Amino acid sequence: MNRVVITGLGVFSAAGKAVPEFWQTVRDGRSVIGPLTIIDTSQLHVKIGAEIKGFEPKENFPAKQLGLLDRFSQLAVMASREAIRDAGVSFEGEAGEQSACLIGSGVGGQQTLDESYYRIYAEGRKNVHPFTIPRLMLNAACSHVCMEHGVKGPAFAVASACSSSTHAIGLAFHMVRSGMVHTAVTGGTEACIALGTMKGWEAIRVMASDTCRPFSKGRTGMALGEGSAVVVLESLERAKARGARIYAEICGFGMSSDAMDITLPDVNGAARAMTGALKDAGLNPEDIDYVNAHGTGTAANDVTETRALRMALGNEAAEKLAVSSSKSVFGHALGGAGALELIVTVLAIRDKVLPPTANFTERDPACDLDYVPNEARERKIRAAISNSFAFGGLNAVLAVKRFDG
Amino acid sequence: MSSVESDVYDIIAEKSAVDRSKLLRDAKLADLEIESLDIVEIIFAVEEKFDVHVPYNANDQELEFETVGDVIDAVQKLIDERTSA
Repeated sequence: MNRVVITGLGVFSAAGKAVPEFWQTVRDGRSVIGPLTIIDTSQLHVKIGAEIKGFEPKENFPAKQLGLLDRFSQLAVMASREAIRDAGVSFEGEAGEQSACLIGSGVGGQQTLDESYYRIYAEGRKNVHPFTIPRLMLNAACSHVCMEHGVKGPAFAVASACSSSTHAIGLAFHMVRSGMVHTAVTGGTEACIALGTMKGWEAIRVMASDTCRPFSKGRTGMALGEGSAVVVLESLERAKARGARIYAEICGFGMSSDAMDITLPDVNGAARAMTGALKDAGLNPEDIDYVNAHGTGTAANDVTETRALRMALGNEAAEKLAVSSSKSVFGHALGGAGALELIVTVLAIRDKVLPPTANFTERDPACDLDYVPNEARERKIRAAISNSFAFGGLNAVLAVKRFDG
Repeated sequence: MSSVESDVYDIIAEKSAVDRSKLLRDAKLADLEIESLDIVEIIFAVEEKFDVHVPYNANDQELEFETVGDVIDAVQKLIDERTSA
């Protein structure tokens, strides 16, 4: 069994189109949730979200490539470029075949889907663009990342709604740990701010009217975000052999299914995923200094997650550690969330700082842990976990620890 | 019984598998064991039936509707607002 380390980070998010800007925004607790401009919101009750600003696809992709890329794939390719450059890995020769690519997404090419339906049903046109299917398929982002960089080993998309990228990274971790591959390019992406999709989210009645205020009293729900994050995982041996810079070590992965409700979270399922991650990592609850929460800002999740933390870690450990939700900053990036949040966790460990939960207004008695409200705090983080608890009760938790050599 | 009242009973009975005979104005929603997904379906059915928009947020920790009568009154109000607009 190999030890697995993270050697490259890449993001393309509403909070930043590269890691330094992204991390600064998250550290500062500067929420980028605001009025949406990339779609017409006149038909929507929910008009807020976290959108990527200042991104011109034509400036980043040649025309021929762009024609094949739904926005969700564009974001993944952008994030992967940064991650791979950052890692300094090459996929030439055998290396490509011994590398995996697992990219999570909840719904894939929503923009393409929405536009195609509009053409047929609203405009009454007789046909759609020939690239419609290759653009909207859930695996498109994974395929394009492979094509961009020459990754030729095991590769597929992973889907579990809000847990997609955590599951993707977890499976990639398994592959490197087992020696199936020595390198993995993994993460997730989502770009589902389209009219039809927003209508769907409005209908479930969990969207915030003001902004996303995880763990706060009187929070009104979640805010959608778009974005992608990609990390490069390698076996420790390989990373050391090539003198790679090592950010942190992924030491455990826990998964569970609630088998209860299709939207509401279950405290037992969430707790089991966390316990599973710790057990897999060989860590005890008191070893964990920081939890990057799923923290969507809904009444249901935040209370359930708090209770699950107490159940999984025990009251003493739960009360000593710090928990924060990055969704307060960059919204809920669905299939991209887990990967973005893992990067936050890794950088928190690197810089010895607890990123805050933004937009925190008032303490909710039912959420009674330390959520690092509004301002970052210094703390040496020995180990951390990053939680994802999806619709459909599919839970995934990654355990990450400081790498000191 | 008004047609709005009757329609609301029909909707609640269908969407939540509650016996229609249990549906009276005074019936408490909490006693009817209507689940969260049933609530959003009921709201959707109400919106479709009466062509209104019900401003409901599942995260609201204060219970707006205690009884079935509260729901009927709220729907009637939305209809009145729409027709007078």
